[in-house]
Amino acid sequence: MRRSYVRALGTAALAATLVVAAGCQDSGGEEGTASGDCGGKIAIFGAFTGDNAGLVIPSLNGAKLAVKQFNEANPDCKVTMQEFDTQGDPAVATPFANQIAGDNSFLGVIGGHFSGESDATMPIYQAAGLAMVAPSATRTDLTQKGNTSFFRVVGNDGTQAGAVATYLKAQNAQKVFMIDDASAYGAGITEELGKQLGPLVVNKDKIQERQAQFDATISKIKAAQADYVFYGGYTREAAPLVKQMRAAGVQAKFVGPDGLYDPAFPEGASGGAEGAIITCPCLPADKAGGTFAADYQKEYNIPPGSYGAEGFDAAKIYLDAFKDGKKTRADILAYVKSYDKQGVSKYIKFDAKGDVDPTKVVIWAYQIKGTAIEPLQELKLS
Amino acid sequence: MHFDELIGHLGQHTVDGLSKGAIYALIALGYTLVYGVLRLINFAHSEVFMVGTFAVLILWNQLGVENNPPIGQAILFLVLGLLVAAVASGGTALALERIAYRPLRRKNAPPLIFLITAIGLSLVFVELFGQVLPKLLGGVLPAAFGRPRQIVGMPTIIEQKTLFTIGNTAITNIQLIVLIAAVAMMALLDWFINRTRYGRGVRAVAQNPETAALMGVNQERVIMLIFVLGGIMAGAAALLWSMRFGFTQNSIGFVLGLKAFTAAVLGGIGNLRGALLGGLFLGIVEVYGATLFASNWEDVIAFVVLIVVLMFRPTGLLGESLGRARA
Repeated sequence: MRRSYVRALGTAALAATLVVAAGCQDSGGEEGTASGDCGGKIAIFGAFTGDNAGLVIPSLNGAKLAVKQFNEANPDCKVTMQEFDTQGDPAVATPFANQIAGDNSFLGVIGGHFSGESDATMPIYQAAGLAMVAPSATRTDLTQKGNTSFFRVVGNDGTQAGAVATYLKAQNAQKVFMIDDASAYGAGITEELGKQLGPLVVNKDKIQERQAQFDATISKIKAAQADYVFYGGYTREAAPLVKQMRAAGVQAKFVGPDGLYDPAFPEGASGGAEGAIITCPCLPADKAGGTFAADYQKEYNIPPGSYGAEGFDAAKIYLDAFKDGKKTRADILAYVKSYDKQGVSKYIKFDAKGDVDPTKVVIWAYQIKGTAIEPLQELKLS
Repeated sequence: MHFDELIGHLGQHTVDGLSKGAIYALIALGYTLVYGVLRLINFAHSEVFMVGTFAVLILWNQLGVENNPPIGQAILFLVLGLLVAAVASGGTALALERIAYRPLRRKNAPPLIFLITAIGLSLVFVELFGQVLPKLLGGVLPAAFGRPRQIVGMPTIIEQKTLFTIGNTAITNIQLIVLIAAVAMMALLDWFINRTRYGRGVRAVAQNPETAALMGVNQERVIMLIFVLGGIMAGAAALLWSMRFGFTQNSIGFVLGLKAFTAAVLGGIGNLRGALLGGLFLGIVEVYGATLFASNWEDVIAFVVLIVVLMFRPTGLLGESLGRARA
């Protein structure tokens, strides 16, 4: 009697846990078919939860905002957008890509948000003739592989690394210690920067994803007497790294790329990240065009963070295509290719490889103050 | 290869490795205790540790702890943290045993079923703390807690300072606290198992459950006891982790649990002193490996060493069996 009671209770508790967990999942966007002559359905994928979600959420919100505004302005022509949360993991993104490619109601894709997941899924979308517009996948070689359906509304890491190198030289950096997380993105941008800095690089180390203890790396930084530490990677590893560096008394300035533009970075480092510099090919909120910043603030009650404007622009491209009556994947792909309009983040026109015009790319340096990421200055590209 | 760096600062790397390994060792005790008595690898033990870190996070948040409090308060926060983490982790371990493992044992389920159950429970806990709790507690706790699956920072309770320097080896207060606290907890556990009446029961069940039952040892009570003890050790590890690293995440347990399990196997699973030795040894090997190559090689080095050790000593450094751990 007692045994079965305990067992039943246990089973019920487990079941309840699972149900709650499932119930708390985002519903994955609304289902529904396109109506009228000008509607359509698009997919957006990226790390909406997970280690580095704070970097991606603004872009998702920006895209949602664009779709919402479009649907309000064009009640006859409903556009739907379905979300696919990859947690930034290429292994999760791939089955989603197959699902999206196989479902003919999807006419375009916004994503990926990270380089690794973009790289893994590009061939699948290309084979299906689906256009991909990436708001924040920045690794340089994504557009150098001959893929014909990948576009990005953001500058690449080559450009960003150039701007970081120019910045470090202008700051009179003498000994730069470079660390990366061996990821598609982190290793890529660090390597680009290393080429540009040349003899200023005093030593290097590679860490791994989900690492928590950095004693060996910190010993190397101390031994090198670095005055700048550059970390190529994401928030999850950067927050404990910078915190432990500071606790160990390392005074070197900490610089990282857009992967660290995430509110979880200063909060996760609880004070250790103070003064750290983050570079990002993303505009400060108040510099975005039109009423975007105000609309975003009104909708979500927070200012747009990293890539909010880029997510909005990516969605806008598809919305314009639908408005022009494009209804097939091939038409939409051709439309994206020849897109030529002012966006809220920058002027958007793609070159033959799918990059935006490098002269239109803007890169900003931000600085951590308390738990805020504040714009510091615009960086010169070279 | 950076031999000069490794040799030049050998003492420093050894101290770093010891303080890293001490936390592995404390978690490893949970694996070793349960394995010693039940021959079961409780893969959900990593989540017992994770729950402990969240308990400390929530406690410090509710107390409004800020960075670098005065020393008196700091000690109070640490003691309270130890209590809360021990209760949370011990309670979680006990709940796992009562809800999941006991019904399986009553049905005489084969060992594989226990293993799969443990892995499943581990995933349930990871997502519970990654997705469900942030939604439920998002309003009460800081904004950082409301970001599903992301890292959450904790205040610095004790500022890291170099206490003394021997040659070119600097030993910090944090490292010393971690090492002393971990060794003290383990000595206490060792004493408990080897010197008390309850401990005798644990050893008896580990050696021969049937005979122990005939001699009047309550087997179920012993099993509950070892889960609670393992949980308390994980709770202590969670507090030391929170003090030293100051962050947590729902997935924090996975890698640490794997390392602690490795440490337990390395020292001889089922052997308490083996867990200590294995943990410290693993920590040192990792830091040496990271120094010699790059930091992303530390896991490779650690597992290569594990394989080599097991080739020559298949039962680990000190051999298995909790029952004979008196020696």
